[in-house]
Amino acid sequence: MIRIQDITKSYGKTQALKGVSLDVKKGELFGLIGPDGAGKTTLMRILMSLLLPDSGQATMNSYDVVKEYKKIRMQTGYMPGRFSLYQDLTVEENLEFFATVFGTSISENYDLIKDIYVQIEPFKKRRAGKLSGGMKQKLALSCAMIHKPEILILDDPTTGVDAVSRKEFWEMLMRLKAQGITILVSTPYMDEATLCDRIALIEKGNIFGVNTPQQLMENFPEDLWSVKTASSLYQTAKKLQNLPRLISVNSFGQCLHVVLLKGKVTKADIITFLEQQGETNIEIEQIQANIEDVFILTTEKKTNPVSL
Amino acid sequence: MRIFLYILQKEFIQIFRNKAMLPIIFVLPLFQLLVLAFAATFEVKRIDMAVVDNDRSTSSTQLINRIGNNPIFHVNYIVNSQDEAEKLMRGNKIDLALCIPRDFDKKLNTKTNPDVQILVDAIVGNAAQLGSGYLSSIIMDFNKEILIQKADGQNGNAINVVSRYVYNTELNYKIYMAPGILVILITVVGMMLGGMNLVREKELGTIEQINVTPIQKWQLIGGKLIPFLFIGLFELAFGLTLAHIVFGMPMRGSLVTLFGATSVYLILVLSIGLFISTISETQQQVTFGGFFFIMIFVMMSGLFTPVESMPMWAQYMDRVNPLYYFVKIMRGIILKGASLNDISKEFYTMLIFGAAVFSLAVARYRKRN
Repeated sequence: MIRIQDITKSYGKTQALKGVSLDVKKGELFGLIGPDGAGKTTLMRILMSLLLPDSGQATMNSYDVVKEYKKIRMQTGYMPGRFSLYQDLTVEENLEFFATVFGTSISENYDLIKDIYVQIEPFKKRRAGKLSGGMKQKLALSCAMIHKPEILILDDPTTGVDAVSRKEFWEMLMRLKAQGITILVSTPYMDEATLCDRIALIEKGNIFGVNTPQQLMENFPEDLWSVKTASSLYQTAKKLQNLPRLISVNSFGQCLHVVLLKGKVTKADIITFLEQQGETNIEIEQIQANIEDVFILTTEKKTNPVSL
Repeated sequence: MRIFLYILQKEFIQIFRNKAMLPIIFVLPLFQLLVLAFAATFEVKRIDMAVVDNDRSTSSTQLINRIGNNPIFHVNYIVNSQDEAEKLMRGNKIDLALCIPRDFDKKLNTKTNPDVQILVDAIVGNAAQLGSGYLSSIIMDFNKEILIQKADGQNGNAINVVSRYVYNTELNYKIYMAPGILVILITVVGMMLGGMNLVREKELGTIEQINVTPIQKWQLIGGKLIPFLFIGLFELAFGLTLAHIVFGMPMRGSLVTLFGATSVYLILVLSIGLFISTISETQQQVTFGGFFFIMIFVMMSGLFTPVESMPMWAQYMDRVNPLYYFVKIMRGIILKGASLNDISKEFYTMLIFGAAVFSLAVARYRKRN
């Protein structure tokens, strides 16, 4: 449904995309996972034909994003990262405006957006600027859906939205997916990655592993340990830097995630090392990697190879 | 077309929800007309002056009295030397000084022409120039009368020139300025409001969402133009009424011609403003860009200084100045009762420019980079 081949884009000397290729299948909920500045927005703007790529090709529903952009705009819904509806128009006026410019009406496609719109319908006479963050996102999604697109492109839709609204938003995406709509969504939140069918990790204009979240986590190539001691995380992390065969150590909530070369270091080795360093109350267990562990390992390895 | 009408409806809703809009529409014309028409006048109402009377004779006293009788001239100081007069001028106490030489009375009686000197504070510019002109003519009259008296009527057949001022019989500058101030008003509304509105969508990011819709470029630019065209015409009607009530400004031509010509002019300046906003990213840039053009256009428009007295190259430059044409049209229709035929050259030039700049603005607008 979406096919991206070797897209590059530079802003002056900054290379935002360094030859990105990607395939999104029809009906898939695909996540672009990466921090701010990784190139997610640039890639989405190119797909939406708001930006022209320097080189490479991309097609959406087999229409070229450069040459056939007018057809693409009719079949695609887009939610920019920044709230881009008219703050001085009401909820209803916004929706009606976008329906009209796409040559349709609210009533014509009402069943399509019903699930989402009913939640904000009680406030339909309220100006969009006066809505809460979560309601703004629902309105923006309704406006992006009103012309019955086959593809939805959502740029960081949950940034700046509270946890409950985020959860609701993802439930709405699931329902849209069930209706057969292809969704490309970007997010800096690693926990949202597991909700996607497949994800691509993107950092500094490059795409690393593309796979299902489960596969990516299972394919974690090294050993991962969760470590906790009596002293501060920072102190412990500093000491662990000297542990032989260490790849990386990062703090994760209340504990440290320590990545070590696969099969080279045992639990006893780590405990002995830490005790030698004067640590007490050592809690340690081998754990399954999450997406963030995968992200850190892959991106650090590729952009800044760890000497082994 | 249905889409275009809907875009227009949306623009109107947004404009009238903007709380700053009402003051701009009503306070701006009130203030500009009422304040500027009085302030931007060439009339010289009061000139403070000193006389350096070195003669202290009957004739010099007569001349001083004569000047003092004129309502404009206020002879506040009679001093003894030119130095003193210059000191007063430096202290901004006087605008003019008249020096009467020691032998004034004697020379007048012997029919040799005495020389009087007028010192003018040229910093005050216009007022000083006009003032010294008036003063010269008072002295000339005085001189002539003396000559006639002395010659016992023999020189009484000197030619008297009487001017009649057509279209503005009383040389009322407010009536002359009011159409010009309406021009400035319409220009500011046209050039700034439309452009600001478009670039505001860029600043707020709403343009991103618009750009991915099938809205065509002419629809977007046209949607920004038409509401402000109506606001501009409304300003004209409001300003005309105000000028009529307050200054008794006449309306000698046809209102239809006036509003027709103003519509063409508004399309032109709105397109200039919109063009500026297509190449700007922020409202600040539009403000400065628009301000730059408005300043040059107004100064060169012939509103304050006659275009004919500008150097030739400036007059050629003025051919692309929309205000140059529109000032002529406004004064022509309002004060002289010009018909469309009389102003056809200006009218069609504006029409061509308007179409060209509008196309340029549409072409320059980028839905993608």
